[in-house]
Amino acid sequence: MIAASDAKTARIVADFPILAKPTSRGKRLVYLDSAASSQKPHVVIDSLVDYYSNYNANIHRGVYEIAARATDAYEAARAKVAHFINAAEPAEIIFTRNTTEAINLVSFSWGLANLKPGDAILTTQLEHHSNLVPWQLLAAKTGAELRFIEVDDFGNVLLDDLEEKLSGVKLVALTQISNTLGSIVPLDEIVPLAHAAGAVVLVDGAQSVPHMPIDVRDLEVDFFAASGHKMCGPTGIGFLYGRRALLEAMPPFLTGGDMIKSVSYTETSFNELPWKFEAGTSNIADAIALGVACEYLTGVGMEWIREHEIALTRYALERLQPLVPRGLAIYGPPRAEDRAGVISFNFADIHAHDLASILDLEGVCVRAGHHCTMPLMDKFNWPATARASFYLYNTEADIDTLFTALEKAATIFRVP
Amino acid sequence: MDDFYKEYILDHYRNPRNFGHLDAPDASAEDLNPLCGDKIRMELNVDGEGRVADVRFSGKGCAISQASASMLTESIKGRKLEDIARMKMDVVVENVGIGISPTRMKCATLGLKVLKSAALGEIASWPDDEPAATP
Repeated sequence: MIAASDAKTARIVADFPILAKPTSRGKRLVYLDSAASSQKPHVVIDSLVDYYSNYNANIHRGVYEIAARATDAYEAARAKVAHFINAAEPAEIIFTRNTTEAINLVSFSWGLANLKPGDAILTTQLEHHSNLVPWQLLAAKTGAELRFIEVDDFGNVLLDDLEEKLSGVKLVALTQISNTLGSIVPLDEIVPLAHAAGAVVLVDGAQSVPHMPIDVRDLEVDFFAASGHKMCGPTGIGFLYGRRALLEAMPPFLTGGDMIKSVSYTETSFNELPWKFEAGTSNIADAIALGVACEYLTGVGMEWIREHEIALTRYALERLQPLVPRGLAIYGPPRAEDRAGVISFNFADIHAHDLASILDLEGVCVRAGHHCTMPLMDKFNWPATARASFYLYNTEADIDTLFTALEKAATIFRVP
Repeated sequence: MDDFYKEYILDHYRNPRNFGHLDAPDASAEDLNPLCGDKIRMELNVDGEGRVADVRFSGKGCAISQASASMLTESIKGRKLEDIARMKMDVVVENVGIGISPTRMKCATLGLKVLKSAALGEIASWPDDEPAATP
């Protein structure tokens, strides 16, 4: 990487207080698990403290000053999220707990109202359980058929028979990036064909929106779901983007307070968008902090983050190469440009869990297991993989430490 | 740190004892650790006095889970099912012989959980953070 970029990375690292804290063994924290959850910059942490310290109040109810301030900040956060993914208007952003809840909202509201026996749902073999289990249940409830776009050995979707597969499909629900393999799904090839077949398209953006510029109108998707905690925001907050026409026609998901216009003992009329889908007191503090996270990421530059991660991935693929003859197997697309900053691997006969434990001794945090994609792991016959994932605050030094830690694992397991 | 995994753990991991299946098991159980996908099956032959005559285990997983199960099978031949059902977690912790972090404890104890389930004929109760209750 060029020097200017190194200086920028150094400034970014300084924004994340946790990265300055050594582990209990005195090692530098090398956080390579951002695909599971990202670290938080101090501006996001500060915004949580600011809300609770200075204007904590319920929203959409109180007439007093701090209630108005909280309401304004919450709705401003919605606008920031809308702007971040270029939604047409803030009302198309529904705050949820996370991607999973956003997908379940569509499944229970849109899905139960629109699917019937003879219809089909099309997804891919890559999906995280959060974008698979809701559709299995919806198919069982409605009598619809669940179909899969298959993937090759690198985790790239196979689209030759897509038009055939789209016959009778009412919903295409697919991830933009595989959280296990880092492969990128070409939405620009799939979405037009899906729409031509009369299907609605839902994208699981949990792994994409933190790492690359997203424009939901350019992608022409109908629903887009994501989680705040993977994009420098807090846990417990995520969002669903939906096109207004679809959201307007959908029945409510959760019901109760705040989502109503008028209630009698026998009848209720529902609130307007987006509040129709936000029953009960919202996660106010975390929504506001998610808005701050969107601004922070915009300040860094989403194009820069994507380029930074490609550069890190390329460096990692080269740096780890000497371990390949000793049994290191790296999965996913071979070229850094064709993948997100996610590298799944196995090393000789060392189980991924043992690897992760040994890496932990060196301060290196990686995920080990099935990554909530058990069917994909079964398809490739991998009991588990270790996964290193990169984000804006990772550096080449982090990958050097990963390499050294892997060498130590080889020593401990007497790998020749 | 080089003895983070003791030599005998690696030996049991790479050369598991009593690995495979029995032709006609009198009791069996299997379970998995959904967090990591570690999977273990235990099969027992029981003699007329209710003692373990033979045992086999099978499965996939990390060195800790597989070595722990392997060592367990070596220690139970001739023991009564009712004793096995009462075995406590400290047995496996001692077997594994390293400081097991809380997240790895489930790996270390999976074999015992499955063995106890086989002995009990039902899924052993196994609270997340406490030793199994004595039946």
